[in-house]
Amino acid sequence: MSEMAHKAESSVPLLVVENLHVEFDTYGGTVQAVRGVSFSIEAGKTLAIVGESGCGKSVTVQSMMGLIPMPPGRITAGSARLKGNEILGRHIIKGRDIRGSQIGMIFQDPMTSLNPTMTIGDQIAEPLQIHRGYSHAKAFKEAINLLSMSKIPEAAKRARQYPFEFSGGMLQRAMIAMAIACKPSILIADEPTTALDVTIQAQILDLLQDLQKETGMAVILITHDLGVVARMADDVAVMYAGKIVEQGSVDDIFYRSAHPYTLGLKLAMPTNDPAKQHKLNPIEGSPPDLFSPPPGCGYCPRCPYAMEICDRQQSDLIALSGHHASRCWLHHPEVTQRPEDLTYAEGQR
Amino acid sequence: MTHLIEAIELTRYFNIGRHQRVHAVEKVSLAIAEKEILGLVGESGSGKSTFGKTVVGLHDKTSGQVKLRGETLPQHYRPADFQRYASRMQMIFQDPYSSLNPRMTIGEIVGEGLRLHSSLDDKQVKDRVAEWLVKVGLQAGHMSRYPHEFSGGQRQRIGIARALILEPDFVVCDEPISALDVSVQAQVINLLGELQSTMGLTLLFIAHDLSMVRYVSDRMAVMYLGSIVEVGKADDVYFTPKHPYTEILIGSNPEPDPELERSRPSTAISGEIPSPVNVPAGCRFANRCPKVMPVCRDVTPELLPLKDLDRQVACHLYT
Repeated sequence: MSEMAHKAESSVPLLVVENLHVEFDTYGGTVQAVRGVSFSIEAGKTLAIVGESGCGKSVTVQSMMGLIPMPPGRITAGSARLKGNEILGRHIIKGRDIRGSQIGMIFQDPMTSLNPTMTIGDQIAEPLQIHRGYSHAKAFKEAINLLSMSKIPEAAKRARQYPFEFSGGMLQRAMIAMAIACKPSILIADEPTTALDVTIQAQILDLLQDLQKETGMAVILITHDLGVVARMADDVAVMYAGKIVEQGSVDDIFYRSAHPYTLGLKLAMPTNDPAKQHKLNPIEGSPPDLFSPPPGCGYCPRCPYAMEICDRQQSDLIALSGHHASRCWLHHPEVTQRPEDLTYAEGQR
Repeated sequence: MTHLIEAIELTRYFNIGRHQRVHAVEKVSLAIAEKEILGLVGESGSGKSTFGKTVVGLHDKTSGQVKLRGETLPQHYRPADFQRYASRMQMIFQDPYSSLNPRMTIGEIVGEGLRLHSSLDDKQVKDRVAEWLVKVGLQAGHMSRYPHEFSGGQRQRIGIARALILEPDFVVCDEPISALDVSVQAQVINLLGELQSTMGLTLLFIAHDLSMVRYVSDRMAVMYLGSIVEVGKADDVYFTPKHPYTEILIGSNPEPDPELERSRPSTAISGEIPSPVNVPAGCRFANRCPKVMPVCRDVTPELLPLKDLDRQVACHLYT
């Protein structure tokens, strides 16, 4: 991997992930958790990675952060370049750990993700001391600033408290303060509001958007909640069984769903538009076993549109328009008839 | 309309020592008609689960009453009371992982109620269990397996079979789908809906997913800090909320529609649900309410019917 070839150019996306493969050895065999994921993200944008439990969305971002325990985990192929620098499997770039300084991360469960024996202020100050070489006093002062940026009232007092003295929503704010302490260019938010109530979720989502506007950082949002995606995302990648099955702008995904799985997810949820009331259409069955992934499309056994070929061979991502693409044979140029549901505006192909 | 189950000023406190009490449920009056699905929504800590458990007798009542078809249920359940009422009232729990005994087979779990409450012999119990497993979308052959061999959605089906095998009249569903993936949620909801209509069940459906509650329920009740703030037809409450809290709660619920989300103003309110230990005087929502008036801080509003609307609201704006 020659670094010379990737001298940062301004037009290059901030982060480019290509063909990522991750496996885990378990007693039952090897699980192929991520099977060739590629995406890129530009500064200031929000990419949502959507999918059900076990689809590989968390593993994808954890492998970029070097958070996959190895063993049993293994990154078998792929690359992830941050501003042209390869970060996969080696998070020290030019003597500096990119984790915390270049990429910040917040986790699903704020109650268990913070150290219960350290004050909130000390925890936020820690990355500043490590990455910026700040003295404790200076870092702690900055931590108080960050807490008030995250809209925690009485930040100076709160910084001296311990996690158990904070509510769930407040802890999530503290974790955000910690993640953005060193002004990272990317913030990874792994199910940041799943453990929170809707009113608190609204506060946290507002906060993330405000901070993004102020700092211009890119956000990778991992979630299974399509409502949160609609609210936050510029671009969306839908994952199923370790692969991206559809990607595109948020409007592409919601209004011009091209993969049967994306459509299935939408039909399985109640709409709140009385004009479009429908009975819930569950997706019957369950995702494939990733110990021995099927040769064809992982969604094939559950897909109402499955064709003969789907069982044997999976399609590549087929470009539809712009950067909207779907991994489904139905969009192959030789397919003449498509189900009506999988629509997209005329002349877009 | 006859009420199948009725809570009258139901109150449940928890003593937490040092003369402090958690006011989990405070004077909640709520009636559910025969074959009705009542959705109960609210944030964590609002007391919705405690209410559900108190109604079926899993918690003692601090004060107030629960009536099942006009019959007053005991204030404190003794084993004989559970024996008596378990075949009429049942509960489906939130977490399908921790609510099934890992050391019992599915056949034992689902059949336990029948063995305790009916005069069926072993063979008959087995047949009924097999019949119910098929009814909830599993196979009779699953009877000898253990819970860990099933996925979350399948376990929730087991929980449903366990609750419904005694053919109860009334079932409390305490967040039955929160732990499940979207595609599986729809499976469980459709199953519950089918069984509800074929068996004529009355359901108290507790959840925090507002869209799902609106979809499932006939009526919807909104709870805040131990009290009901609004009750009405599910669609009416969702689309024309009257109580300021309901308005904020529903406004905070992100809809899976990007255009709508872009056009919608942010309704996030500051602050969090206060501690139910030292409940403020007056309206419990007063310190977060954008429409607060002086009277709100002194006088507790009662849940009163609105004029010309099939709706009850506890708010001084409407009195």
